Amino acid sequence: MPVIQTEELTKRFPSTTALDQLTIEVEPGVVGLVGANGAGKSTLIKILLGLSSATSGRASVFGLDVTAEGPRIRERVGYMPEHDCLPADVSATEFVVHMARMSGLPADAARERTADTLRHVGLYEERYRPIGGYSTGMKQRVKLAQALVHDPEIVMLDEPTNGLDPVGRDEMLALIRRIWSEFGITVLVTSHLLGELERISDHVVVIDGGRLLRSSSTSEFTRTSQTLAVEVSAEADAVGEALAAAGLTVKREGRLLVLPLDDDEVYDLVRDAVAAQGVGLIRLEQGRHHISEIFGEDQGGAAR
Amino acid sequence: MTDSPAGVIHDIGYRKYDGPRLGRGRVTRALYAHSLRGAYGLGRSARAKVLPMLLLGVMCIPAFVIAVIANVASGVTTELVLPYSRYVVVTQGILTIFVAAQAPASLSRDLRFKTVPLYFSRPLERSDYVLAKFGALTTALFLLIAAPLLIMYIGALLAELPAGRETGDLLLALLGAVIFSAVFAGVGLVIASLTARRGFGVAAIITVFALSFAAVSALQGIIRYEVDDPTLAGWLGLLSPITLADGFQTWVLDASSSAVAPPPGATGGVVFVLVTFAVIGACWALLNLRYRKVAVS
Repeated sequence: MPVIQTEELTKRFPSTTALDQLTIEVEPGVVGLVGANGAGKSTLIKILLGLSSATSGRASVFGLDVTAEGPRIRERVGYMPEHDCLPADVSATEFVVHMARMSGLPADAARERTADTLRHVGLYEERYRPIGGYSTGMKQRVKLAQALVHDPEIVMLDEPTNGLDPVGRDEMLALIRRIWSEFGITVLVTSHLLGELERISDHVVVIDGGRLLRSSSTSEFTRTSQTLAVEVSAEADAVGEALAAAGLTVKREGRLLVLPLDDDEVYDLVRDAVAAQGVGLIRLEQGRHHISEIFGEDQGGAAR
Repeated sequence: MTDSPAGVIHDIGYRKYDGPRLGRGRVTRALYAHSLRGAYGLGRSARAKVLPMLLLGVMCIPAFVIAVIANVASGVTTELVLPYSRYVVVTQGILTIFVAAQAPASLSRDLRFKTVPLYFSRPLERSDYVLAKFGALTTALFLLIAAPLLIMYIGALLAELPAGRETGDLLLALLGAVIFSAVFAGVGLVIASLTARRGFGVAAIITVFALSFAAVSALQGIIRYEVDDPTLAGWLGLLSPITLADGFQTWVLDASSSAVAPPPGATGGVVFVLVTFAVIGACWALLNLRYRKVAVS
């Protein structure tokens, strides 16, 4: 049974349409919600939580309608907002205990669960110090902890990797993966980077301008979104032409030739083309489409 | 796994929570208790405790002096030098500072740090949040008023003043204190809910309370004694939260008024009562309206 279901969900603000007849289904697991800034990701989460109401259409969580049974949904959901939401003058422990109590946990259970949860997100000695002095990475962990402390059935994480350095990003992604694989809690996680979400998600939903662009399992997605960057020592144009003649869409990015990596045969084609021109192969690198590239191609195509 | 060093705390893995989950009512009560403690700085930093505790001390000193006087001069006088019901108005400056400091600490803080969405993504309803905050500040103020009144009462009993009369007066004054607390808390919270900046909230609340009281008292004085129109002077009392609540207890609880001019006649008394309840109700409605819109961003 799907955990989250929306049907023709539409949200209009006076100046823009944030969600435009969005119909999606989310199964248990890690679900990535990808879209450029302003694509409607946060709006969708707020509607699911009952923080904001839809203009038209229907949405349900655990089969409960979001407008009619908001309180019952919110008992079983954890929410990590995109923006800062932590008071600077209390410690992580005090704050998370308070938030656990606000989720309905009795005082003793709140303290016990707080200690457990902070340990799981990787906050140790520093949890007794005021949050104001924390790094961005530590603050993100506290935000995650308050979403998990009451042991929800699903957590909605809005841009959890925002503002993190590459190492912090990797740690946060690994942690999110564990929320499903070890804790058994379904995760709805948003990002504007497709690359990082396809690493941890079982299913990826891409929205743009409030509309569903595609919704598919990650394995399907990765195959079509992988690219191969090729750098040769000379005659890049000739190599590019040879590859195009072999039926590949070649994109020139400075000294690089970027090819869609549909299957392993592409490597053979590159090898043959380079050998035929008699030039050196300097670099052969797997890459992934940044989500904005997908949109860029679509919109660019439409504009031309 | 094989050679993990001694003394390492082993991760015992994730544990599910299958204990009780309390409903809205209990959560609201927990937020109420948290906010009430917070108003006195309990559970907050040492710095947050200084002001409320200092004010509580300052609030009690005159009461203590009054109690001592009653005992020392028990042969001379048969009543306290200041009636219970006038204590609030005499010490209104301290109450104003308390509200100005604690209403923004209670609301502006959640707005500034954008913590509000975390509350509203939980089972709590928005009106529960308002109820808990309103109730907590009202209770905090009530305790601030009740503590010195109790000191005076004990002093009066020790001085062997008539116990029945003193008890009756005290209970009426405590009832008045509830009204004062609700009016102060309501007006203070409405102002605090409008700004995420604590400093603005503090300044705005002090301005509204102190300025309105000073202006109303001055105008009442001029109109009553210079223009010789005590009725109009009495009506002016509606314009400041302090004189309004004072008028309420003067008329309903038969307390002795501390304002320059008490509410005029029975009609005036009824109007003061209605306006007092209207102000409390309006504060409740405004806070709910404010929080229906807030924090969806």
